[in-house]
Amino acid sequence: MKLHQWHYFHLFLEDRIYFAPLGVGVHFFHSNHLIINLSSNDKQRYNRQITLQNFGESAQQKLLLAKVLVIGAGGLGCPALQYLAAAGVGTIGIVDDDTVSLSNLHRQILYSTNDIGLPKAQRASEVLKLLNPDIIIKSFPYRLINTNAFELIRNYDIIIDGTDNFASRYLINDACVLLKKPLIYGSIYQFEGQVAVFNVQDENNSPSANYRDLFPQQPNESEVLNCSEAGVIGVLPGIIGTMMANECIKLITGIGNFLINKLLIYNTLTNQIFEMDITPKEETLHLIPANEAAFRSTEYSFSCESAHSFEDVGITDFLKLMKEEDTVVVDVREVGEKPVITSFEHINIPMSKLKTLKLDIPQKNILVFCHAGVRSVDAALFLSNGNNKVYNLKGGIVRYNIQ
Amino acid sequence: MAIEIKAFGLLADITGSDFSVIEQRDTDSLRQLLAERYPALSTIHYAIAIDKKIVSGNTLINETSSVALLPPFSGG
Repeated sequence: MKLHQWHYFHLFLEDRIYFAPLGVGVHFFHSNHLIINLSSNDKQRYNRQITLQNFGESAQQKLLLAKVLVIGAGGLGCPALQYLAAAGVGTIGIVDDDTVSLSNLHRQILYSTNDIGLPKAQRASEVLKLLNPDIIIKSFPYRLINTNAFELIRNYDIIIDGTDNFASRYLINDACVLLKKPLIYGSIYQFEGQVAVFNVQDENNSPSANYRDLFPQQPNESEVLNCSEAGVIGVLPGIIGTMMANECIKLITGIGNFLINKLLIYNTLTNQIFEMDITPKEETLHLIPANEAAFRSTEYSFSCESAHSFEDVGITDFLKLMKEEDTVVVDVREVGEKPVITSFEHINIPMSKLKTLKLDIPQKNILVFCHAGVRSVDAALFLSNGNNKVYNLKGGIVRYNIQ
Repeated sequence: MAIEIKAFGLLADITGSDFSVIEQRDTDSLRQLLAERYPALSTIHYAIAIDKKIVSGNTLINETSSVALLPPFSGG
């Protein structure tokens, strides 16, 4: 679909709201008085894209004026963020409540080994500021939930969904529909990726298809296959995240065609690309909360990903993670087991009592260990509730010379 | 006549990525047949595309139609 058919979107400049025709865009709207003049530094930094036919300085100005919110700074978010920051999207928000793990690094290429245990939103923001200090980057190191989604999404022109669970995806979709925000969707499974651009308003203020036109209902817990770590080759989110950034840049600048009312599927093994048409449906709107108040009281069950998720870590990460804020170390050995650990702070909740105590451990990060790393797996599964992050010391304390 | 079907994502893990079934008149009967042949499918939500268009509700399938089964992915 050519963009001129989808040409109104909200452009936020400082605290003033303009309705700028997208595509013909900012340049048209401010044709007699450009808000942003490109500095000589801008002209050099963005030279290779400004030089492109159909791009030019006006497209660069649109990018610099745009505000994009990237939700999830993981496999999809990292490459999307890098290209958007490099291209000069003027304001980028990053939402992620997670911390960097060793097993992230094969695909989450903004982070390095030294970043393990650090908050992703903060680290991504620091790395991107080095890449491009001329743009505004804001980090929100917490989870997007129904009580904060409106405040965050409202301030941005385009939303990018790089999350890794269905609850977030449905929540983001519904918020974007209610707030009339274009949503760039990407998702991966093993060797396949999906990309689409949802919810772009046309000239009559009718929205294009959204996620619920494709998959009306949030999958239930029995489909945990999706949530479990099915494995992924690192370049796949690299490709899909880059496609998402590409759609975003085209949408802002108004060049090319878009995946509006379309789902693109890419397979890394076969190099096949499929495009499917999606039709926006009246009945889909009934599945979306009617307004902000209804949205705020909607339960987007995060239970799918909370289903027994914990991470195995070695002793180096274990000792590093315990220094994080809001962290508790739990010894699940029975009273009297040796060695007695005195070198780090911990609490002791014997496995024999753990399940009967109905504990509510308030800390966000929970590190569990036992003698040989068997009971602690059981404990980690039990303590994981979807809102916390649970780590298991693999192999148990016996493998290490620690007292 | 058989209809050729292409399955994506985890559905392909269950059915194989390309397979065929004896001709079915519509998407409801196709879903039913697939659930019988592959019981694991009955617990998974998926969309059906006919001739590269995602369809909703019960939709007729022509004998020359290409059919695709699309599950939602959540990975990121």
